[in-house]
Amino acid sequence: MSNKLEIPAKWQQLKSYTKARVALGNVGTSLPLNDVLALKHAHALAKDAILTQLDKEFLKIKAKEHGVLCSEFKSQVKDRLEYLKRPDLGRKLVNTSEVENIKKVDIVIVITDGLSATAVNSNAFSVLDAVLPDLKEKFSICIALVELGRVAIGDQVAEFYNADFVAVLIGERPGLSSPESMGIYVTYKPKIGFTDERRNCISNIHKDGLSSIQAATLLKYLIDRSFALKISGVELKIDLGAILGDE
Amino acid sequence: MVYRFTLGHQNYLFDDLKTLMAKASPHRSGDVLAGIAAKNNVERIAAQYALSELPLKTFLKEAVVPYESDEVTRLIIDTHDAKSFERISHLTVGELRDFFLEDTTNGNTILELSRALTPEMVAAVSKLMRNQDLIVVSSKIELVTRFRNTLGLKGNVSIRLQPNHPTDDLKGILASTIDGLLYGCGDAVIGINPATDSPEVTINLLKMLEDLRLKFEIPTQSCVLCHVTTAMQIMKKAPVDLVFQSITGTEKANSSFGINLNLLSEAHQATLELDRGTIGNQCMYFETGQGSALSANAHHGVDQQTMEARAYAVARHYDPLLVNSVVGFIGPEYLYDGKQIIRAGLEDHFCAKVVGLPMGMDVCYTNHANADQDDMDNLLTLLGVAGCNFFMGVPGTDDIMLNYQSTSFHDALFIRKVLQKKPAPEFESWLLKMGIIDGDGVKLDVRGSHKLLTNL
Repeated sequence: MSNKLEIPAKWQQLKSYTKARVALGNVGTSLPLNDVLALKHAHALAKDAILTQLDKEFLKIKAKEHGVLCSEFKSQVKDRLEYLKRPDLGRKLVNTSEVENIKKVDIVIVITDGLSATAVNSNAFSVLDAVLPDLKEKFSICIALVELGRVAIGDQVAEFYNADFVAVLIGERPGLSSPESMGIYVTYKPKIGFTDERRNCISNIHKDGLSSIQAATLLKYLIDRSFALKISGVELKIDLGAILGDE
Repeated sequence: MVYRFTLGHQNYLFDDLKTLMAKASPHRSGDVLAGIAAKNNVERIAAQYALSELPLKTFLKEAVVPYESDEVTRLIIDTHDAKSFERISHLTVGELRDFFLEDTTNGNTILELSRALTPEMVAAVSKLMRNQDLIVVSSKIELVTRFRNTLGLKGNVSIRLQPNHPTDDLKGILASTIDGLLYGCGDAVIGINPATDSPEVTINLLKMLEDLRLKFEIPTQSCVLCHVTTAMQIMKKAPVDLVFQSITGTEKANSSFGINLNLLSEAHQATLELDRGTIGNQCMYFETGQGSALSANAHHGVDQQTMEARAYAVARHYDPLLVNSVVGFIGPEYLYDGKQIIRAGLEDHFCAKVVGLPMGMDVCYTNHANADQDDMDNLLTLLGVAGCNFFMGVPGTDDIMLNYQSTSFHDALFIRKVLQKKPAPEFESWLLKMGIIDGDGVKLDVRGSHKLLTNL
């Protein structure tokens, strides 16, 4: 495999500012072969990430370390193929009668696989480690692990706990450069049937994106603002600069 | 009203217009998800026969979403051009298909009828058309729009440069922008999807793009694709060229996007008053996509392709510079694989053009859809032939913020070369002046000393 393309150093320097696939050069109008194969490799990794599973044992141990009650739930989806075709079932819980120790909490944190379980396996507690100690001082909190869930399943979980606030930590659709990207969707006073304009989203949490510390800062901010103003979603304009800029 | 058709020895009944249209739709996962798709292949064909015999007048009598409860239906009915409709009021849906296809029917004739056609009529016709029918009719229509350059001329194809970055890092976005300019991309717009919808981030991004545009005198427009309310909040203190919004085909679904028609009118008026265009002032940019209404649980039992066409009636009301469907972005629950994405892309482009929109396309797929780069090559080429106004340009196809694959800067080189199309004329002159392309439109080798690469 030959690659005799000469990319001037000044052009290559663009790569130091972004992980985007810049300064690739071209063969005629086409991509150089090395880049074509690299893209196919990344696509294969992303497709495989979709098939990963929630590491429930690990997540339960982490919850226990924080002294936070952690329960397991499942959506109504049977398997991964059905998950892709039936988002409606991914928004609904199966029978919850077996779940024990139900008490009203202020905040429920939902951890669900979404489209990349490895994303939440590796990022959920990187964020939660940084927020739980403080939050526990102010709020009663529990954690819900949900298999094959979609964002809106958080509303049903929240109703189940009669919670005032839900944060759904979910594996985002895997990208070529980020098969392990996590998103956090938060809602104040969540109710089944809420749509996206009621939620705020922190996205792209992964090693090359938003750091866990930044995500934790934003999450704390959103919780504070939501409880102070009693709203969430489009109405709650986030002033990112005011929070991340001051670090 | 019940619609009937007998095919073979079987009688088929369709309870109402929306049911008939849903069952006549080519198979796609979103309609199956909604529980409205044809039960089997033959029922689908029976529905297509029945639809083909339906008089166009039917669509003015039977709304697929009730007039009383939906402002999009009210917009469609209240702005319907009854006078022009007289010319085609005698036609059935099948006859309208033939009329579009006739060699004697040109693009201007179709555009004169745009406002006589409801989006539902156009959607219905598309369901009876093969991919090549969609292509040949679309390719007749030329829709030109202007802000700082001229977009949509027949010999041109433009590119939205999409330099997204997962943390909205200014230098990262600037690096991708410069990279794209070096491949001749960015004439449709330099348009950033912000990772987080924040007024301050939006202002900083807009100022950065404005500095770049002024420094190199680039004849194009910029846009940060924040929520319309964010854009309205900052437009007094930031250089806002175009205002963007995702839109869909029902009041309820639009409400789930945090918008309504009044809000869009206000935004349009406020943006017009900024008066930042030089050769035109078409200042709105809309994105749409099949499945968005279903996703918001606001589809009223209407199939996703008809719903998509209704979104075009919303877009049309605000005289946009740019509109595109994000066809493969919404995911496999709506368009499962490459075949469904390709079909939907051609339908969306056709319906939008007939409705009268300057339609482009985000030719794209997500990693959980059963599609790959070969499918995108196919759709890009087909839409290029169909005369699509613009495509996306993303570094190496890989959008590192939105986590999906769109078309690349290289794809822009490809489609311009194989179809012998050029960038927008003002932008082409700039590319020549900057030593980015030669007189034949061929991309020149990038030198380290290129002006765009200095002082980054």
